Amino acid sequence: MIEIQNISKSFRNTQVLFDISTSFEEGKVNLIIGQSGSGKTVLLKSIVGLHEVDAGNIFFHGRNFTTMSFKERKEIRKEIGMVFQGGALFDSSTLEENVMFPLRMFANMSVEEARERANFCLKRVEVENRNNLYPAEISGGMQKRVAIARAIALNPKYLFCDEPNSGLDPRTAIVIDNLIKEIITEYNITCVVNTHDMNSVMEIGDKIVFIYQGKKWWEGKRDEIWETNNVELNDFVFASELYKKIRKSKL
Amino acid sequence: MNFYYFYTFKNYVMNFFFNLGRYILLMRRVFSKPDDSREYFKAIGKEIVFIGYNSLLIVFVISFFIGAVITIQTAYNMTNPILPTYLVGLGTRDSMILEFSSTIVAIVLAGKVGSSIASQIGTMRVTEQIDALEIMGVNSASFLISPKIIASLCTFPILCLLSMVVGIFGGWIAGEFTGAVSSDQYIYGIQYMFIPYYMVYSVIKSVFFGVIITSISSYFGYFTTGGALEVGQSSTKAVVNSTLVVLLFNLILTSILL
Repeated sequence: MIEIQNISKSFRNTQVLFDISTSFEEGKVNLIIGQSGSGKTVLLKSIVGLHEVDAGNIFFHGRNFTTMSFKERKEIRKEIGMVFQGGALFDSSTLEENVMFPLRMFANMSVEEARERANFCLKRVEVENRNNLYPAEISGGMQKRVAIARAIALNPKYLFCDEPNSGLDPRTAIVIDNLIKEIITEYNITCVVNTHDMNSVMEIGDKIVFIYQGKKWWEGKRDEIWETNNVELNDFVFASELYKKIRKSKL
Repeated sequence: MNFYYFYTFKNYVMNFFFNLGRYILLMRRVFSKPDDSREYFKAIGKEIVFIGYNSLLIVFVISFFIGAVITIQTAYNMTNPILPTYLVGLGTRDSMILEFSSTIVAIVLAGKVGSSIASQIGTMRVTEQIDALEIMGVNSASFLISPKIIASLCTFPILCLLSMVVGIFGGWIAGEFTGAVSSDQYIYGIQYMFIPYYMVYSVIKSVFFGVIITSISSYFGYFTTGGALEVGQSSTKAVVNSTLVVLLFNLILTSILL
């Protein structure tokens, strides 16, 4: 379980996050949704410590991440897996080396053991027989899958995904969504996903936090979205005619 | 108008101290204990190939031509018949050893290696690969930069020594082919009044220059923000700043060591 309390963050004179508090449950897909520029990525990066927060606290299973030393944070980070928007695979390493990297750095495994684990993870995300290819030689969807394989290589307790299906076709996006859902259920991971893809919200979201202009505007369960009267949330979620029609039929 | 110059100057000074402070803090992280020595050794090996081996050709070509030109120019300027022609060899040897093999080669490598390091690390920054390392719990500064600095410590002195040999050889070839100085005279000249300490001085300088080029270039790459345009700008800043610092340290080291 991850709990955040009264988080604020600004860059120079621009405040991006305003006093955000929420919690993310274990074994569930927690979604942070919002328009581009609303502060979703800053919030996600603040939770994992890539941005230092100006105020507030972040607890990973009761451990206060904000007050930890660099060394203590390092230990927590070994329990974290993250899938970045662009995949962030290491360009100069093969797919297998990318997945083996965290294992070789931290798992105290021999090369063979690390390779075996990397192959298992790659198989789990359905990227097989491409171990020696480089990230530039595979598609965007496959890069995201390899990024997921790398993120789960060390059996993380926490998985963070920053817009995992951005730039992907709808079918591949669903494959990625389902993969995330399966993996977090299988390993009971606390998962936080940033997205503005409504299909993801409706397909895999268990808990949804809506960020609007840097503030937590709404939070609730997926099914509650259909019935909410929150104007900004409705404007965002039901922006397309298709979703407007679906909502109408549901209500 | 005067205020404009005052504020511009103030900004430059503030900017200098901001960058200096951030550079020192980065170097503190760079020289902290490695997370896993196996991966570091692997990275050092790759960097030795990248910084040292891949620079051999450019160092050889530049040194050869510099040596050749020094020989021809020295011979051209020695019109006084009292001066023995073997002094052409002595001049070429001392110019190569004292200055060209360390400083000029360092400036060339600041362009080749420095820009490459800055753009490589800068691209990793803007594509979130550095963030990915940090999330895994890896000290990204140490993992990415220290192998480059260690590799430069190993390779720059070797490149410097090779440059001396090739430059002096280039002078000999040029002297022989243009008739500026005979082989016997040139070979006598390069052995005449040889002071081995000059080589030590040059190697010491090259060690400093190697560290300066790799660390400053890494610094500019590491703190790149934005996209492709900013990666290019970081690369340019890396070359300009490392060249300036190389020239400054050349002056300081020369006044201390000679």
